[in-house]
This record gives sequence, C-alpha cells and structure tokens, in this order.
Amino acid sequence: MGYRSSVDIYTEWDIVAARQLGRNEAKKTGFGTVDQARITTAISELARNIYLYAGKGKIEIERFSENGLYGITIIASDEGPGIPDIRKVMEDGFSTSGGLGAGMPGVKRLMDEFKVHTESGVGTNITITKWLR
Amino acid sequence: MPQEVGKQYKELLQQYIDNRNEEDLYFGQQFSRQFIEKKIAPEDVISIHKTALAEVFPDLPEKVMYSFDFLIEMMIHYGLALREHQSLIRKQEEIQMEINVAAKVQDTLLKTKIPDFEGIDIGFITEPAKKMNGDYVYFLNDDNNVASVALADVMGKGIPAALCMSMIKFGMDSLQGENTSPRNVLDIVNRIVEKSVDDSMFISMFYGKYDARDSSFSYASAGHEPALIYRASEGGFTELDAKGLLLGVQPDVDYEERSVMLEVGDFIVMMTDGVTEVRTETGFIDEGLIKSILLEVKEESAQSIADTVYNRLLELQNFHLRDDFTIIIFKKENDLV
Ligand SMILES: Nc1ncnc2c1ncn2[C@@H]1O[C@H](COP(=O)(O)OP(=O)(O)O)[C@@H](O)[C@H]1O
Ligand SMILES: [Mg+2]
Repeated sequence: MGYRSSVDIYTEWDIVAARQLGRNEAKKTGFGTVDQARITTAISELARNIYLYAGKGKIEIERFSENGLYGITIIASDEGPGIPDIRKVMEDGFSTSGGLGAGMPGVKRLMDEFKVHTESGVGTNITITKWLR
Repeated sequence: MPQEVGKQYKELLQQYIDNRNEEDLYFGQQFSRQFIEKKIAPEDVISIHKTALAEVFPDLPEKVMYSFDFLIEMMIHYGLALREHQSLIRKQEEIQMEINVAAKVQDTLLKTKIPDFEGIDIGFITEPAKKMNGDYVYFLNDDNNVASVALADVMGKGIPAALCMSMIKFGMDSLQGENTSPRNVLDIVNRIVEKSVDDSMFISMFYGKYDARDSSFSYASAGHEPALIYRASEGGFTELDAKGLLLGVQPDVDYEERSVMLEVGDFIVMMTDGVTEVRTETGFIDEGLIKSILLEVKEESAQSIADTVYNRLLELQNFHLRDDFTIIIFKKENDLV
C-alpha cells in the first residue's frame, strides 16, 4: 500500500481542493499534462456528485507501484442516499449533461479501471485507477 | 503512440510557418484524419502541438507555453463528448440492425396469400412509413367461393404499432373453424384486443367478405376508414361504412354488418388513413384526388390499380411516406358459369 491522502467534501470549494490534490499526486506519479488533466477531471466529476447528491463525503488519493508498474487510485466515498439506478447512470446520454460526455461514463473513459459499490440509504463508493504507461 | 505522429506534425507545422501555403494547410488537414483514425483525443492534439512548438521555437516565453496547459484543460470535455458521440453512433447502428431483424420477423409473421379464384380479382399494397408496419392485411380463403380480408390500422407507427399487430394476427389465427361473418370476426378480435392491449393503443379494423356464389360483399368496421365501391353502371363511387367502435375500447360491441352486390366491373377499395390523409406541402389532399386516380385506371387489374394509387400518392409526397400506407382492391371480373 502506498501513501494515501484525502480531502473531505463539504462545499464547492472542497471540489477545487480535491482537484488540486489529484493534480499534484498525478504529477508526482509521473503523468504528463494531458493525463493530469484527465485524472483531475475524473476527480472533479466524482467530488461534484458527492457535493450535489450526497451532501458530504471524501476523496482519497493513493499512488502505488505494483510489479514495477506505477499508477494512481482515487476513492470517492459518501454515506449519502446511494445511486438508485446505477445501470442507467452508466449508460451514455443519461447524465443531466446529456450529450456533453460528462458524468459517470465520462469518468470511466478517463480512467483505466472503474468500480462502483452503491447501496440505497447506505452510500456510494467509487474506486478509479489509472496506470502510468 | 504519439512519438512518430508528433515528429510528422512538427514537420508539417514547421513547413506551414515557413511558407504559409494553402498546400501546407491541405496536407495538415489530410494528416488530421490520421489523428481521428488513431483515436487521438483533442486534448492530445493540443499536447502534440505544444511539444512541436517548443521544438520549433525553443525561446518562446514560458507563459505562452502555460497557455497550452489551459487549452488542454479546455479540451478534455470536448474529447469526452466526442467519445460519447462515437459510442452513441455504434449503439444506434446496433438498434438499427435489431430493427431490421424485427422487420424481417414481422414480414414472415404477417405473410398472407391473396385468394385466387374465378370471378374476383384481388390486389393490394402495404408499405410501412418506417421500417415496421402498423397496418395489417390478412386474407382468408374459406373455400373456393369465399375470399375475405381483414385490414387493421394501429394508430401510431413504428415498433409499438408493429408489436400490437402481432396480436391481431393471433386473433385472426384463432378464428379457425369459427363463423367468419364480418360482425362475428370483429367481435372475436375485439375481445382479444380488449384483454391484451393497454388503453393508449387504438386499433381500427375493416373486415370484408366476398362470396362468389351470389357476388355479395359483406363487411363490418371497427371505427375504420370507410371503403369505396365503384359502380361501373353509374361510373361513380359510394362509401361503404358500418357502425362499430374501435377495437379494444370495450368488450361488448355490437358491430353492424352490411352488404352490397357486385356487378361485373365494380370494385371495392379498402384503405388505411395513410392513404386518405396524405399530406403534401400545401396541405391534405382532397378526397376527389384518390377517386380521380381510381377512375383513370379502373379498367386495369386490381393489383395495377393499387400500385398506381400508391405510386401517384408517393410522388405527391416527394417520396416520403408519413404514415403506413395500405390499399386493397376487390374487383369483380365476370360471372361464374
Ligand atoms: N454519490 C452519489 N450519490 C447519490 N447519487 C449519485 C451519486 N453520484 C451520482 N448520483 C446519481 O447519478 C446520476 C448521474 O450522475 P452523473 O453521471 O454524474 O450525471 P449528472 O451528475 O450530470 O446527473 C445523478 O443525477 C445522481 O442521481
Ligand atoms: Mg455528475
């Protein structure tokens, strides 16, 4: 297990703090400018969802190395209402941004790995990973 | 990935900056297709540009270079929108293929054979506005003297209408051995539809039965377009309509049955509203138009009459059908000996 840092999400400003942390960690991992922007965007979307739909939660960021491969993992967790229809949410075109490519499917595209665990009334936990190539 | 692409990009950029020729821009555009083919995202293109620029002008102020990081940030969502768009196109292709298969299934399901015997000439054409047809034609040939036809129109078109259609087919198949007087057929089909269709679906149906033994055509209608009968002796048309509620509205409906006698040269025209409510740029066609087309070709075979009406009306609509289009002709040829 590598070094883990986190940002609590309460206000919209915390989204900016999470982005900042994500960008710094991505840079330290060795990602170029474009991937830094991708990782930051993914964090931004997840943090915004926490802020909008769960009220509060946190973003944890971890750099890691595995068999000589480097990468970054982000965990977005909250104890909010859970995502009611996760299958729909993962479909293109469902997000309120409709047609702009953002939302959860966008997060999935920006990263290499994407895992969601969500339970009604319990909360949501989303883990995303990007490998350095 | 972008190593080689980056090198080529730099050369093209350098050339353009040196000469500023249209030719270089043209090559640039050709080159950009490679970007798209190789699925290089817009944000990557900016990054390639930034790298190339730094090599062409090593002394550019740092602050100018930072502006590209900002531009990359700006392009991330464009990249996502592009990829979503591509995936939606693939999805659309899949759906299109499914619909094509469904349309084929429907064609097989709704296959019907025109009764063929002395004394009556039958022709019909049915064309869906979209891929799947919400109009339904089904011929029955009880014995060698009787030719019957069911013509149904599910309101709305496309897939929901087509699904509904299969039920009518089921209803018709269940008639085996039943009394097939028009009012009885409508009564049976109505009960089936009433049980299985939700209230937002409306289906009209016309059922006609020609008996060659006495040249009678009996019919009943569930809220369907009236049919037309052409009387050769008078040279004009009369409407054939019978009282009856749309299918599926309520279980007990008393469908009126009527009948007419056909003389040689007379013919009956059954249609759906895709025929009568044809719209052109200037509005709905007037009633007289269909009749005048029919008059022009009244001497031709039943099939040719149906085809002509279709072709004329299609042309009037600039070859764009707005609604499913069905027309059936029963034409009395000569008396049985
Ligand atoms: N952390 C969360 N907790 C509860 N619901 C969520 C959460 N994240 C997303 N959702 C639900 O999933 C939907 C889709 O989210 P997303 O794909 O980000 O698109 P958008 O935020 O534009 O609606 C949201 O509208 C919301 O209902
Ligand atoms: Mg969102």
